[in-house]
Amino acid sequence: MADLKRTVLYDLHIELGGKMVPFAGYEMPVQYPMGVMKEHLHTRSGAGLFDVSHMGQILMSAKSGAVGDAALALERLVPVDILGLKEGRQRYALFTNEIGGILDDLMVANRGDHLFLVVNAACKDQDFAHLKAHLGDTCDLGMVTDRALLALQGPAAEAALARLVPDVVDLKFMDVAIRQWDSAELWISRSGYTGEDGFEISVPEKFALSFARALLAMEEVAPIGLGARDSLRLEAGMCLYGHDIDTTTSPVEGNVTWAIQKARRAGGAREGGFPGAARILKELADGPARRRVGLRPEGRAPMREGTEVFAGPEGGAAIGTITSGGFGPSIEAPMAMAYLPADLNEGTVVYGEVRGKRLPAAISPMPFQPNQYKR
Amino acid sequence: MKYTEDHEWLRAEGDIVTVGITAHASEQLGDVVFVELPEAGTSVSKDDEICVIESVKAASDIRAPLDGEIVEVNDELADNPGMVNEDPTGKAWFFKMKLADKSALDGLMDEAAYNALIG
Repeated sequence: MADLKRTVLYDLHIELGGKMVPFAGYEMPVQYPMGVMKEHLHTRSGAGLFDVSHMGQILMSAKSGAVGDAALALERLVPVDILGLKEGRQRYALFTNEIGGILDDLMVANRGDHLFLVVNAACKDQDFAHLKAHLGDTCDLGMVTDRALLALQGPAAEAALARLVPDVVDLKFMDVAIRQWDSAELWISRSGYTGEDGFEISVPEKFALSFARALLAMEEVAPIGLGARDSLRLEAGMCLYGHDIDTTTSPVEGNVTWAIQKARRAGGAREGGFPGAARILKELADGPARRRVGLRPEGRAPMREGTEVFAGPEGGAAIGTITSGGFGPSIEAPMAMAYLPADLNEGTVVYGEVRGKRLPAAISPMPFQPNQYKR
Repeated sequence: MKYTEDHEWLRAEGDIVTVGITAHASEQLGDVVFVELPEAGTSVSKDDEICVIESVKAASDIRAPLDGEIVEVNDELADNPGMVNEDPTGKAWFFKMKLADKSALDGLMDEAAYNALIG
């Protein structure tokens, strides 16, 4: 794995017995000795610590100095109301392309005089280039390269983090704040990718190891790898970029229309004005031909990514494909996401072809596991 | 006990062998969530894919270790696949088969050879 990058916590992962795998150009722990299933369940009952330092952290400010100008600039690339995002708040967003597909999904925070973006590891260089190319004339953009990013997730996350940073209890879901720990400046958001209450914490690299050790020393905190990160987010009904959404799926097909606020829709104050607006606004008005839905396979056999889905138990052409699928340790059952014709209602039984056999699965609401955000 | 390169163990009693996967294999697979077994009475040839194991990570096949006939399967595994991680060489046996040629067992690895294989 010579050409792979390592996060500043690489040695800690090895010390903790992490099984390292290549992921988005990095060597990352897929699991620790506890194993995926127990790590998953631990995150839902205690607190799980994830190293997500491979993700991209980007600072963006308008050359004018006004955060509103940075917000308006970013709105040219995302179908999201950024101008309406209040100081100290964060929001989910999507970079769209000219055909209305999705280049990446990201988090955007308003930090008073600038914006802070967190983007996917595999897309971060291209996202940064995209921002520079389109907004570089009016905005200053900086990729943060001297900070680690940790996620602390689960019902015990608040109590654990509050031992180090007492006033995090004041934050609500999707709040962001800057807090001190020792002499380190932490950039904290109350959010995550598990459906649990929790935090994402950007910490200067030179403090990352001591900060992670301080959390791991607590009884309720365990290190969690990418395997459980995936099963947790899938139970929570969240998209994995490159799998459940990509450059060919629109936000409407991807069933993330909740991320497109009124201001950017037809009749809104800043209608359209983002790449692919023609297709996306048309699909919002008329409905898409296909849509991302949840599936609950009957029995215990997981239906994995790439599984073809059929309308009936025999014959006919495939009506869609599974984009993510696995076994949900908390729901104790298999679960999947698939793109299916949009006229199929929840409860409809379709058939996934697994090892040559068509097995029934019902179209189901998501999340599969209720989320536990502290609003 | 005899072993295959596919990390199966075989325990012989008369001309019937009980087959399962090794502790090493169950660790590599991770938490097992689904097991699909063949039907008793099925005739199998060496290397036929006859069982499926799904872990939280991926699906894998179990191949017939030798020629013969499946005489019994462990139905308890379908309801409680986690047994494969808890007791891979005991309660979590997969199937019993009657060998076409009992002497074929001699061609498989013994414990020392298997331990050398997995290092």
